[in-house]
Amino acid sequence: MASPSAVLQSEWTKIKSVRSTIWTLALAFIVTVALGAVICLVFNNTYSDMSDSDKATFDPTNTAFFGMSLGQLALIVFGVLVISSEYSTGMIRTSLAAVPQRGMFYFCKVAVAGLLALVVGMATSFITFFLGQSLLGSHKASIGDPGVLRAVFGAGLYMALMVLLCVGAASMLRSPMLGLGILMPFFFLVSPILSAVPKVKSVAKYFPDQAGQKIMQVVNDPDSHTSYGPWGGIAIMAVWVVVALIGGYAVLAKRDA
Amino acid sequence: MIELQGLTKRYGDKTAVDNLTFTVRPGVVTGFLGPNGAGKSTTMRMMLGLDNPTAGNVRIDGKHYAQLSEPLKYIGALLDAKAIHGGRTAYNHLLCLAQSNRIPRHRVDEVLDTVGLTAVAKKRSKGFSLGMGQRLGIAGALLGDPEILMFDEPVNGLDPEGIHWIRNLMKGLAAQGRTVFVSSHLMSEMALTAEHLIVIGRGRLMADTSMAEFIEKNSRSYVRIRTPQPERLKDVLTAAGFTPVTTSDGTFEIQDGDAAQLGELAAQHQLVLHELSPQRASLEEAFMQLTAESVEYHAGGVAPPPGIDGGAAGMPQAAGQQAPQQQWGAQWRDSGTGKGK
Repeated sequence: MASPSAVLQSEWTKIKSVRSTIWTLALAFIVTVALGAVICLVFNNTYSDMSDSDKATFDPTNTAFFGMSLGQLALIVFGVLVISSEYSTGMIRTSLAAVPQRGMFYFCKVAVAGLLALVVGMATSFITFFLGQSLLGSHKASIGDPGVLRAVFGAGLYMALMVLLCVGAASMLRSPMLGLGILMPFFFLVSPILSAVPKVKSVAKYFPDQAGQKIMQVVNDPDSHTSYGPWGGIAIMAVWVVVALIGGYAVLAKRDA
Repeated sequence: MIELQGLTKRYGDKTAVDNLTFTVRPGVVTGFLGPNGAGKSTTMRMMLGLDNPTAGNVRIDGKHYAQLSEPLKYIGALLDAKAIHGGRTAYNHLLCLAQSNRIPRHRVDEVLDTVGLTAVAKKRSKGFSLGMGQRLGIAGALLGDPEILMFDEPVNGLDPEGIHWIRNLMKGLAAQGRTVFVSSHLMSEMALTAEHLIVIGRGRLMADTSMAEFIEKNSRSYVRIRTPQPERLKDVLTAAGFTPVTTSDGTFEIQDGDAAQLGELAAQHQLVLHELSPQRASLEEAFMQLTAESVEYHAGGVAPPPGIDGGAAGMPQAAGQQAPQQQWGAQWRDSGTGKGK
């Protein structure tokens, strides 16, 4: 067997030596932080105009993570390209000739992409939170408030899981066009729309993004009652991720490179 | 040593590689020859464990490729020049390969120097020409200082200088005692570099022979005679113990004949000759003849290579072509079909 540390090192060199890594992760960070900051600023200035019921359910933590819905699109691109660029460039043949143990190759690639996404995700979520709260003035939440640290930590976890989900899905689809063409519209349009449609939303709330985003809520919105809690939601997302990664491995292990 | 045992690959009902069994021996350049679409690349991908064989297996020094723990130290392969992420610099491309097989970093600089890419080491390979891409691929193959090297169509699309460089490189590697396995669809290229020859057509083994033997068997010489009195000449030649072969354009070909002797024979019988010329078939023709029936994609509307149809027309020897594996050399020699130039 190839040495795992050697293959991890190799995958780390690979991931950091292409521009798309920097661009997609930087974009995810900037969009999430900046959009969250703008929304917090808007809420701070219009808070007095809100109805009492809206004020009662105002969730300063979740408000700061508003930009996540757009920022995650860059994460999807990152997750898809990590694996599908191997196929689109033909690099996969060179890679598998160097590391013919496909399970090892896959595990190391997933681990490196996942860890990098976790680090970037945590940095993004904490900076998004603190910047957002500083712009919310007197309506802000504190990291020490009940459930807030869990929500901020959870937001970082959500970003890493989103990347892993896309790595797994892209391993099954192999082509960047297919991967991006399916995952981007799904998470940007299909999932949010379906989760707003009556009846359908009882199914849509089990979609990975809908379930995973539950962890970012501190104040429960009475309109969106779910049968699972914040950790339950992230667990549902994690199940999706595990299924996608296993599916991706099955395709890689079986099919010709 | 690479051993292929009954290697077969089917895509649906199409058989790309059909029960290939051969051995690539160390210390020589082995040429892997076949027309386009004969299954050379598929075979090489299976040798590297990239494609799964439908049946049979490949062993490298007794092991499956996937059992090699650091394969780049055993086998270096150039499959296609652009199996490279264009957004990565040449240096980083080689570095990630080196790291995965625990090859020291200084080897990256060494192989870049060997292939002459040091000056562009920090450039993204996207902007590389085909020749530079080929050199980078070869640098990757040399990285682990392997005993076995595999190159798939290394001279494809290269300029004369690049072709010259690759030829010398392969000879140099074999001279160092390494196993070099190189595929090509050009016989002329193989004749210059290979010592041993494996020919496939439509995925089937057609020949597994040394280059010297192949040349001896196939670079046959014969004498071509043209006469306005073919019937009489044929009788005279037959009476003298020759076996003249009539070609499609009405000339005779006499195997291993001596032009002077044949001329004198004709003079004795007062036969008019319009042509009396010694001929030598090229290796390229021998290869074409060998694989003609197995060529996957003939150019549309263009007749097959000269001699294929001519050879089949009324030639009893044409029946021999149905068993090319056993008789490929003999069949070529016997079915002289007027291809001398």
